[in-house]
Amino acid sequence: MDFKENMISSFMAFEDHVDVENPIHDIRTEAIKQFEKEHLPSKKNEFWKYTSLNPYFKKQYSVYPKLESALEFKDVKKYFIHEIDSYKIVFVDGVYSSYLSQTTHEGLDVCLMSAALTKPKYRLVIENYFNKVAPKDSLNSLNTAFSREGAFINIPKGKVVDKPIQILHFSTGNEANLLVQPRNLIVAGENSHVQIIERHQSLTDNEVLTNGVTEIFAKKRAIVDYYKIQNDRLNASLIDNTFISQKEQSHVSVHTFSLGGKLTRNNLQFFHEGERLDSTLKGITLIGDKQHVDHSTLVHHAQPNCESHQDYKGIYADHSTGVFNGRIIVEKEAQKTNGFQQNNNILIDDTATINAKPQLEIFADDVKCSHGCTIGQLDDEALLYLRSRGIPKKEATALLMYAFSNSVLDSVKIPELKNRINKLIAMKLGVSLGFDL
Amino acid sequence: MLKIENLHASVEDKEILKGINLEVKPGEVHAIMGPNGSGKSTLSSVIAGNEDFEITKGAIYYEGENIEELAPEERAHKGIFLSFQYPVEIPGVSVTNFMKTAINETRKARGMEEMRANEMLKQIREKAEMLDIDRKFLSRSLNEGFSGGEKKRNEIFQMAMLDPKLAILDETDSGLDIDALKIVANGVNRLKRADNAVVVITHYQRLLEYIVPDYVHVLLNGKIVKSGGKELALQLEEKGYDWIKQEHAV
Repeated sequence: MDFKENMISSFMAFEDHVDVENPIHDIRTEAIKQFEKEHLPSKKNEFWKYTSLNPYFKKQYSVYPKLESALEFKDVKKYFIHEIDSYKIVFVDGVYSSYLSQTTHEGLDVCLMSAALTKPKYRLVIENYFNKVAPKDSLNSLNTAFSREGAFINIPKGKVVDKPIQILHFSTGNEANLLVQPRNLIVAGENSHVQIIERHQSLTDNEVLTNGVTEIFAKKRAIVDYYKIQNDRLNASLIDNTFISQKEQSHVSVHTFSLGGKLTRNNLQFFHEGERLDSTLKGITLIGDKQHVDHSTLVHHAQPNCESHQDYKGIYADHSTGVFNGRIIVEKEAQKTNGFQQNNNILIDDTATINAKPQLEIFADDVKCSHGCTIGQLDDEALLYLRSRGIPKKEATALLMYAFSNSVLDSVKIPELKNRINKLIAMKLGVSLGFDL
Repeated sequence: MLKIENLHASVEDKEILKGINLEVKPGEVHAIMGPNGSGKSTLSSVIAGNEDFEITKGAIYYEGENIEELAPEERAHKGIFLSFQYPVEIPGVSVTNFMKTAINETRKARGMEEMRANEMLKQIREKAEMLDIDRKFLSRSLNEGFSGGEKKRNEIFQMAMLDPKLAILDETDSGLDIDALKIVANGVNRLKRADNAVVVITHYQRLLEYIVPDYVHVLLNGKIVKSGGKELALQLEEKGYDWIKQEHAV
């Protein structure tokens, strides 16, 4: 059975477990048809030129676990930012774990997509926002077809959420070749403010593939800070699709820390639907060990007087491959756009590869857009300077890498999270340094 | 403390040092002077352990140990400090964090505990004051956008913090105005003790008015061709290097 057949037959089985009378099922049915029609991503597609999913399409998957797995908090505590109080939405093999979660309906909704899709009180929100910003390509459609579970966050007008929200997806590997497809929807009302931390973590060495879709809507003057921690094991692959629709004067930032995983693809797209807003896309990629990370970004400037800032740092070693495809589109109406893009890469050795491709499509005539892309090695002179002050080679190298990626870490607004990422990076680099940059 | 015997060194197969002999004892200040291209910076780089340079003959002994095989950080841990002629700019690392890391890595290598935060702060405050360094300066990125004078002062600040046994000051006077020069020299003098030593490498005599050497050596074409007391520096200031060049028919 090829991948499409595998998915379509899984869809038929899936229909036995969901309410087919629910209007949402029309969207699913539409989506599976779309998936059937669309070509699967291949290297012929410009946006998939450097990332091959072919080996993944050769496998057979099951789309929901047959057995539910329970986890003890103590076993997974380290994957949470547990130093701070937070709301938590936790999934184990795609299934909600009420035991590990801490949700709320008081003053805002931090809960489950399955509840939002079925309960009448959310019908309006779902009608207005569900599947409204995600493009209808093959993998998004596949996710939509199987959409049933994920995080649902609905923040009313004027609400400043008192603590960060953590979304965690654990994979137990108890079942082989599970395809997990979380579907998240986040609606930040006017003048609201929210911070979200998302992490995917596999717990064993069994292969796992995730094809997740997150839709974020930021209304007028809303502030959304989204942090993605990708530090998975060598058996875990992630296709992350995040789409953001912004209204006027909103501020949305997405930080992506890609520190591990077999293959990680980040499709991150911003769509502007109001003036004087800004979008921030930042990332640190630090990989080795034949890993592959692909950042495919898009900022679609469709309104005047908006800003976007992209800053991606990549450090690649040991047969790893990186891709940065950063797109900025400035429509004719989007005068006075400020669009910035920065992508700097360090190749630690000869076996690492980076494919960097800035792509600016500008149709307006009064705009400021810039892009800078560099690929280099660590500065030997700087290394000698640090070593001559007593800092050993490994630590000096780490210090330079920290310094290199500092502009991204610097804008992380949750100190405990920043600290955690510092530690993760130090662990990756095999150093224990007391510094905090 | 430092003993250099018949040192030959090359970079990319080009021989730059052609047989240097030098002995520095604790408590002494040596000046190495010479025109451009005489090998002054090569000498300091080789002592600090820059791997771009290869020792082809001879040896460097530090406290009786041949240090040829030691990495730059190991030399630092043993108490050798090189003030760079061109300190490297490192955006993203603050002076304070850099110093903390350097001190604690050195202490770790010496089998000591990390320095306590309040002690570190006290040290930083004292040494910064001694060199007339503004506290704000310490939270800036290392050398990034520093003026020439600030960079050199920062080098001496690092020297003060690391308290080396042997300090090599490579062209520390270049790019300094007279006030900065005095501050830097004063800092070096206050760090001077009977158990440490300083080697000043310079083109001009100017700095030696403030850091007074016990010995002056003239480096020419990769060799020390003349040694003497501090009056030799004055002679060089007056007559330039040509008379020595003629004497040695270079």
